[in-house]
Amino acid sequence: MTRKRLILTVLHRLAVLAYVAFALFPLFWLLKVSVTPTSLLYTEGVRLWPSQASLEHYKFVLTHSSFPTFFLNSTIVSASTAVIVTIVSSLAGYAMSRFVFRGKYWIVGLLLLTQMFPLVMLIAPMFKMLSPLGLTNSLTGLVIVYVAFNVPFATFLMQSFFDGIPKDLEDAAMIDGATRFTAFRQIILPLTLKATTFPVGLLSFVSKFSVDFGQMMAAGVLALIPACLFFLLIQRYLVQGLTAGAVKG
Amino acid sequence: MASITIEAITKTFGAVPVLHDIDLSIGDGEFVVLVGPSGCGKSTLLRMIAGLEDITAGEIRIDDRRINEVAPKDRDIAMVFQSYALYPHMTVADNMSYSLKLRKTAREKIAEAVGAAAGKLGLDPLLQRRPKALSGGQRQRVAMGRAIVRHPKAFLFDEPLSNLDARLREQMRAEIKRLHKSIGATSVYVTHDQIEAMTLADRIVAMHGGIIQQVGNPLDLYDRPANLFVAGFIGSPAMNFVEGHCRAGVIETTDGSKVAIPDGIQLAEGQAITIGVRPEHVRIVATPEIGTYTARVDLVEPTGFGTIVHVHLLGQDLKIYTLERGIAVVGQPMHIALDSARLHLFDRETTNRIG
Repeated sequence: MTRKRLILTVLHRLAVLAYVAFALFPLFWLLKVSVTPTSLLYTEGVRLWPSQASLEHYKFVLTHSSFPTFFLNSTIVSASTAVIVTIVSSLAGYAMSRFVFRGKYWIVGLLLLTQMFPLVMLIAPMFKMLSPLGLTNSLTGLVIVYVAFNVPFATFLMQSFFDGIPKDLEDAAMIDGATRFTAFRQIILPLTLKATTFPVGLLSFVSKFSVDFGQMMAAGVLALIPACLFFLLIQRYLVQGLTAGAVKG
Repeated sequence: MASITIEAITKTFGAVPVLHDIDLSIGDGEFVVLVGPSGCGKSTLLRMIAGLEDITAGEIRIDDRRINEVAPKDRDIAMVFQSYALYPHMTVADNMSYSLKLRKTAREKIAEAVGAAAGKLGLDPLLQRRPKALSGGQRQRVAMGRAIVRHPKAFLFDEPLSNLDARLREQMRAEIKRLHKSIGATSVYVTHDQIEAMTLADRIVAMHGGIIQQVGNPLDLYDRPANLFVAGFIGSPAMNFVEGHCRAGVIETTDGSKVAIPDGIQLAEGQAITIGVRPEHVRIVATPEIGTYTARVDLVEPTGFGTIVHVHLLGQDLKIYTLERGIAVVGQPMHIALDSARLHLFDRETTNRIG
């Protein structure tokens, strides 16, 4: 290693470090505000760390607010949404990726069209549809709505995953004695499932709270935990190379 | 073990025809190679036998059973893909046993079959590895192993050696031939490599433009190519083609040279002819004689075993393959004889062989 390369490496690392600091700063700020006692929040001015840190916001959020209920609801809704969306969109995405059928062009267009409407525009009609069914103010209703919202995009996502998996694999499975569905379930799906649950699932972890700043930040930190855990677990599947070795590469 | 009959098979993709009226019957235990340039329809034909492509018209039978509408899984055939198509999330052993598991074979039987196949292919130490931890040659072997554990009615090979480097390809080629000799299963093998076709085949099917050009044993195709396509495709270095017309009992080439018409061949006066002569059949002679030609050496390409000499003759860049070293020097004249019996004559209109 020459001196020049050493310097370049150091510079490169520094640049990466600077970027990471920049990207993580809002998160750090979230954490900082969440441990700042309310009395110090506006009195201390802008500081990197409060003179006195406390966990009072966390305590309050967990014991005196509806956060635990919200959190549980969120978990139920996002988990069921993720499961249903994964099943539906993987089947739909597979069909989009592998088959040529009449009207495919229009279906893709329609899927795309659903992504163009702002959420606000749809709230009223959705309420109108769900209320006679008794699905307002229920988790089931929420799951249905989330599924409806997420399936089109997830289908696109799945389609591109399947496009990346060589057709030869299911051809081989079908010659080995599998039906197309068995080939899909035993060969194709295991290669995509882990990689797809991440984006599909993450879409669902969004919640809003109207409490004071410190509590909001504390709730924010807590709400981030599942997403972070999820990301840590799933991280290795995001790296290319899942299908490495299947075909000459 | 089975015979495969292909009858009047036609295939179109949308409006594009890719196979025209293909007839072929493959005998029990026969090794048939479909060979042709890319886009000739050979892979499509193979995939139709496998059931991976629909049949537009015609009929395919395995052992007299029509299989047009039979799902690939029920055809009892095995296929080796160019990409190997190993299941990446399964070990080598699981890859090989997948088909048997789907058939609900007893566990002991599976272990026995996998063990036997692995032994045959030298895969024993690799059984617990995943495909990505294997080299190209090993993957190829696993793909073969996956095919042979099943004892299928027929083996289909879709350019199985194309992704290997030259040395490994040679080695695997011999291994496939040995395997076929020991198993004796009906095999259909697709390749664009005429050497693979020549070395492996009991019978070669040369295809071009979705049409079968010639069917025959390898030496037939080499010795008596049915048309210009087969003549140019089989053999390396490729056959020389010299254009000329029949004039007054001889063939006059474009540069005005004259070539005697081989015995027993009738040509019409003025008929447009293409003469084919293999580089290895052009003789270099020491002294000019009656009927020999003299030309200057353009280029010399030593290949180690032999030498390819390029000369400008008969209006052509004519290649000569000789085993004698140091016989050709660039820029020096050379005397050349064409053996009448070794010339191939083709009608330039129809491209078909004459005589």
